Amino acid sequence: MTLTKAELADALFEELGLNKREAKEFVDLFFEEMRTRLEAGEEVKLSGFGNFELRTKNQRPGRNPKTGQEIPISARRVVTFRPGQKLRLRVSIDESEG
Amino acid sequence: MTKSELIEALSLKQTHLMQKDVELAVKLVLDQISNALARQQRVEIRGFGSFALHHRPSRVGRNPKTGEPVHIPAKHVPHFKPGKEMRERVNEMGQAAQS
Repeated sequence: MTLTKAELADALFEELGLNKREAKEFVDLFFEEMRTRLEAGEEVKLSGFGNFELRTKNQRPGRNPKTGQEIPISARRVVTFRPGQKLRLRVSIDESEG
Repeated sequence: MTKSELIEALSLKQTHLMQKDVELAVKLVLDQISNALARQQRVEIRGFGSFALHHRPSRVGRNPKTGEPVHIPAKHVPHFKPGKEMRERVNEMGQAAQS
């Protein structure tokens, strides 16, 4: 089972009583707002959840894995996510093997 | 942008919800994602990215003060992989900003 925008909209409908159209619009707007900020070079810090940060990477040598041909990987800007302490603790379940 | 700034921005961009409800909605969405990960479920947001768990095997670490070996148990860590649209938009605007 994978959580998608449809399930998020359902939760807003069931738990907060938004109507289905409002719920779907809210979910779209939520992710669009974060994307717009990141696109503009702004980091997004959601306490208790984590931070979306931006990193710029220099050009580096790469290779086409199929042909083995060398092709440079161009300089680029990428988004990284640093999970917050609270989220890390929640998912890190002790696997009782030690 | 912080969580409260996100709530403010979303309140301005839609008219039918009060700021208080937007705040609850933002919290609910983040809780739903955290809960799914805690249940070891994947989260896939088309065009934004996906969240999944990566496994870290147990290892022997060291207490940096005493140098004593310490057993560090296996665990899961959250991982985010940006989606195609996110990658493209963030990269294009980054290139434009540099030139």
